[in-house]
Amino acid sequence: MPRVDLSVDLGGMKLRSPLVTASGCFASGREMSEFIDLKKLGAIVVKSMTLKPWAGKATPRMAETSSGMLNAIGLQNKGVDHFLSTDLPWLTEQKVPVIASIAGNTTQEFMQVAERLRSAPIHAVEVNISCPNLEDRNNMFAHDPQSTSAVISAVRRMVDVPIFAKLSPNVTSLTAIAGAALEAGAAGLSLINTVMAMSIDVDSAMPKVAGVVGGLSGPAIKPIAVRAVFEVHQAYPHVPIIGMGGVMDARDVIEFVLAGASAVALGTVNFINPKAGHEILSDLGQFLSSRKVGSLAAMRGQVKVEG
Amino acid sequence: MAEILNHRKLGDEYHSLTIVAPEIAEAAKPGQFVNLRPPTDRSYLLRRPFSIFRVNRRGNVAATVEVVFDIRGPGTAALAAMRRHEPIDIVGPIGRSFTIPKTQHSCLLVGGGVGATPLFFLGEELQNAGKRVDVLWGAATASRLVAPIEAKRLGAVAAFTTDDGSEGHHGLITEVLGEMIERCGTEVIYTCGPRQMMASVTKIALEFGIPAQVAMEELMGCGIGVCMTCVTPVWNRDGTGIANVRTCVDGPVFNGARIAWDRYAKEEAAAALPAGN
Repeated sequence: MPRVDLSVDLGGMKLRSPLVTASGCFASGREMSEFIDLKKLGAIVVKSMTLKPWAGKATPRMAETSSGMLNAIGLQNKGVDHFLSTDLPWLTEQKVPVIASIAGNTTQEFMQVAERLRSAPIHAVEVNISCPNLEDRNNMFAHDPQSTSAVISAVRRMVDVPIFAKLSPNVTSLTAIAGAALEAGAAGLSLINTVMAMSIDVDSAMPKVAGVVGGLSGPAIKPIAVRAVFEVHQAYPHVPIIGMGGVMDARDVIEFVLAGASAVALGTVNFINPKAGHEILSDLGQFLSSRKVGSLAAMRGQVKVEG
Repeated sequence: MAEILNHRKLGDEYHSLTIVAPEIAEAAKPGQFVNLRPPTDRSYLLRRPFSIFRVNRRGNVAATVEVVFDIRGPGTAALAAMRRHEPIDIVGPIGRSFTIPKTQHSCLLVGGGVGATPLFFLGEELQNAGKRVDVLWGAATASRLVAPIEAKRLGAVAAFTTDDGSEGHHGLITEVLGEMIERCGTEVIYTCGPRQMMASVTKIALEFGIPAQVAMEELMGCGIGVCMTCVTPVWNRDGTGIANVRTCVDGPVFNGARIAWDRYAKEEAAAALPAGN
């Protein structure tokens, strides 16, 4: 079998695997390390952390839908200080690049979390702006170019590592939001966060998740995500993109790369198959070598579109 | 991949799958669960968690685990359609188990509906440890009692309740629990079943001054401690605050006294209202 190169360049970070983890779908890696060798992942994007611990929402927090999973967890996490004191030292020993995902309800909170990460041994920060903005009628930061810009530039002032803005697909013009994030100093983009959705139990007339509405993940949203990656890559061809949304196998990874993703994140699939990170990587190698393609990176954005 | 050694019906309502999984069977403790992936296409993605009904470590070939379930949706329907010798994707054993008491002797197992499942495995282990075991199973109707004949064999005293009176006491478990505790000289209660039942069982146990270990059932995303879907509200040790802890790996067995049962009351009141209200 000819050797294939699966390494990718993600905004200056050289990743040995194109597969990273989607925030919230891998915790901080410890639980998953019982199933897979973390070193074989390109990077670990940890669960979003906030300034103080967040308790999250009431249960039920999840409902299975056709080819999807609807969740309303409410970003339950133990806070940035717990990450720094407990998770990060362990992760650092695992010798895998760490991307810290941060969240908050105000621009100030994002900034404060970023400030605490300033001298931490992390490789990048992913800014989860799919959070309600308490200063703007609870609209998500990611739904508004000004809010997006404010958060990204605030974080930019605090950290020197590359910043990835994780964008929501629930917007009229994704390229406008992407442009705002890039102009404010994001080095790259993570596309996409979950799709806002709702599911109702018709017997009880109750929403299936206690949070009433939630975010949909899984194969149900993959075409939405592929289109988001494609559109943004067309608009900003030199910007690194972490593509994600319903990836289940190696062919899905290829699809995201063809659309314009530099790296691809595994989310819901980790829940179903905790060894997915290994299996998909091995399948990717076979896929490429069977088609005599030497490098995955060379396939980026190579979807054949007329004109 | 593991292999299904046997698939049988357990009474009219339940399916039992015996799975060849030596490593899981050797490591398993009562109250732990396994997470099975239904052999569906991508319409239903998630694994289904099942507490372990029984393990057999003395098989001629290799050790097995057995799970018991009823059909609740497309995932369990797909599992119920599986035949012997088919491969099955299994993760486990997962979670914190029931603990065998050091000092107490007399143990009462209280199971509601399919929740009785892990109490069989537990009952055998308790007996192996020389403990007295009594059983109290409740269900909507006789056919929903899990393996009642085996339950009678397991318990020094075995009693049943059904909502419709088709077997044993006509009514709820909690109506006969006090009497059982007195009659059996119960020193520890182990329970698994509907949440409201376990809340009441815990309350009664505490009134009698005896501990209750409860096995919680929650909807799970991953079942391996990652997704934060399946949390249970638990009081911290000094009783000053409540934390949402993962049912899958921090449970599913908890000290009943530590669960913040009141947290659920509001949701349950809302769910009890008929549609249209």
